[in-house]
Amino acid sequence: MRIEVIMPQMGESVAEGTIIKWHKQPGDAIEKDEIMLEISTDKVDSEIPSSHEGKLAEITVEEGETVEVGTTIAYIETEKDAEIESSGDGEDAKAEAAEETKEASPASENGEPIETKGRSGKDFYSPLVRSIAAKENVSQSELESIEGTGIGGRVRKQDLLAYLESRGAKPSGQPAKRTEPIKYSGPMEGVDVVEMDNMRKSIARHMRSSLDTSAHVYSVSEVDMTRIVKYREEHKAEFRNNEGFKLTYTPFIADATVRALLDFPRVNASVDMDKGEILEKRFVNLGMAVAIEDGLIVPVIKNADERSFLGLARETYRLANKARDEELNPDDVQGGTFTITNPGIFGNLYGLPIINQPQLGILGVGAIQKRPVVINDAIAIRSMMYLTLSYDHRVLDGAIGGQFLQRIVQYLEEFDGEGIL
Amino acid sequence: MSEITYIQAISDGLREEMQRDESVFLLGEDIGNYGGAFKVTKGFIEEFGEDRVIDTPLAESAILGMSIGAALQEMRPVAEMQFSDFVSTGFNQLVNNAAKIHYRWGAAVPMTVRMPTGGGVHGGPFHSQNTEAWFFHVPGLKLVAPSTPYDAKGLIKAAIRDNNPVLYFEHKYLYRRGKGELPNDDFVVEIGKGRVAREGKDLTVLTYGSMVPASIEAANQLASQIDTEVIDLRSLMPLDMELILESVRKTNKALIVHEDIKTGGIGAELSARITEEVFEWLDGPIRRVTSIDTPVPFAPSLEEYFMPNPDKIAAGIRELWDY
Repeated sequence: MRIEVIMPQMGESVAEGTIIKWHKQPGDAIEKDEIMLEISTDKVDSEIPSSHEGKLAEITVEEGETVEVGTTIAYIETEKDAEIESSGDGEDAKAEAAEETKEASPASENGEPIETKGRSGKDFYSPLVRSIAAKENVSQSELESIEGTGIGGRVRKQDLLAYLESRGAKPSGQPAKRTEPIKYSGPMEGVDVVEMDNMRKSIARHMRSSLDTSAHVYSVSEVDMTRIVKYREEHKAEFRNNEGFKLTYTPFIADATVRALLDFPRVNASVDMDKGEILEKRFVNLGMAVAIEDGLIVPVIKNADERSFLGLARETYRLANKARDEELNPDDVQGGTFTITNPGIFGNLYGLPIINQPQLGILGVGAIQKRPVVINDAIAIRSMMYLTLSYDHRVLDGAIGGQFLQRIVQYLEEFDGEGIL
Repeated sequence: MSEITYIQAISDGLREEMQRDESVFLLGEDIGNYGGAFKVTKGFIEEFGEDRVIDTPLAESAILGMSIGAALQEMRPVAEMQFSDFVSTGFNQLVNNAAKIHYRWGAAVPMTVRMPTGGGVHGGPFHSQNTEAWFFHVPGLKLVAPSTPYDAKGLIKAAIRDNNPVLYFEHKYLYRRGKGELPNDDFVVEIGKGRVAREGKDLTVLTYGSMVPASIEAANQLASQIDTEVIDLRSLMPLDMELILESVRKTNKALIVHEDIKTGGIGAELSARITEEVFEWLDGPIRRVTSIDTPVPFAPSLEEYFMPNPDKIAAGIRELWDY
């Protein structure tokens, strides 16, 4: 292959150059980048390297001659195919480069075309397409039925619009207007959203946690409350007069329970599983569950074992009021060793309450109902009440649980009103 | 009305402002006796004298520092960076002084910096760069980039009259290639406003400077199949987001074209903003047609490979349209 060597342009304003010296003569072998000649322009003298490997075939401009930039000054013969090709700023190089630039992907960083990534295609719906579909009530299956003309079969805006027109609609092609930030799931039909307040969240946590902690078992018993009912009937007016508040069944049950707890200290305890210790309390702090608006709270009667019947009654009343007025302080609700709750308050027979951690048992009190019962092989009408004891089988077995409950029953049924008021 | 070239429009704009306001003066390398490297200020020193047309030493930091000082004295200097590439030696003056003085002291710096910019002129790495991205990132500077003679004249006037430091990116490639009809009376192009260079409904091309005519050419090439809208940003800081978003909402596909290299070019910020604001309106990814991430090559064939051109832009339009 014969390669033209031309007078190079050594600067923007340089128009011609003079050959000072040829370093090679025709017939000489020449390597690529080997200095071939020296030229002089009005700015600088320069050594010119060879652009090809081969043999200097012919010199067409002699030393001392001045020619215009671009003039052929020599020919080099290379090993390659017989074709004349110019070195330097030729037309061909430009054409080649132009070819390459045409192929280069416009958005590529280093000349390599960008691959269209995975998700484009049949399973991808752009934000705009989704938005129009939602606005025009196009279902997912409808969307999937549309033939996409985009890359990989993607459904484009115009495909969706065409589909909607065929469906009869006159779509605007605009996404649904949104005035608020988009939420993952908005309000649903027929559903009122109520925010949980702190108390509710706290109850939720405690109840779940308690079931996960204790091994709940339940014993149920009946109590014949007839004596207490009678007593209360006879004394409630006087009580009301003296104390300024109503006499309820609560202090009776509380009193019986406290005495039973003193008999069964194992029930009036808590457990430390890590240490493997049961902590029996010698004092009774009796929690009384109170229903308040939209929730419940358990104020604690401290040292209930030291209080008289009246004392229990008064303290119960005081705490219940405080609870309803939302004036309980943290101290009022802490430190309980056992809890009583009243599922029967609305007339229900009995309940299966959840233990108030870290206690080991809770007493659920049912409604008092007149029922026919068998006494001495005869049928009598008595005021009966169910009691449920929920207790923690990790610590308390059926024997003690059952006996403890029966003790409460016993105290209640033995009630004789002595020394109460 | 008269038809003039882009470079003539800049010249006329400068002259008219100097005639209108005595506090306007010029400073730069070779702008006085030589008439400017590209002859923008030919005849100026004869008309306005050497006090108002100052030939400076080869020292960009000094040129910019002097401008700041003069601006603080309530003059309106118009400094020239002979090639915008050279501004780097005056970088600190621009970004830490000019840009921040008003924030720090409450004093205005009403200076203009002419930045002959861009490639396609076989200038090599130090005479061909697009330097706007460096300053786009500096709060306190305004940036404009006209693409037509009308905007060239209107924006140089706006820049000089603006009380903030304004960088005026005049594209060297457009000097003698843009021709337009201009009104003879005084007119100003508001900084912060783009324009619709070509109306369309299928796809939006967002571009500025030398790539505006290139984009229009690409759009015309494809006109029988794709109706492309070309938005000439004109103002880079602040950007005319209202115009930009309105167009993207209309066409649902955005292609950003700039001669500046890809990484960290203004296109990246534009793309982010469009996604943030009008994601639900997009029917395709926001793509960019830009120069590649290298210094500007000197060899013409390499420079051509490096830069966008109408064919590459057309390919970009077509690919995004097909998506």
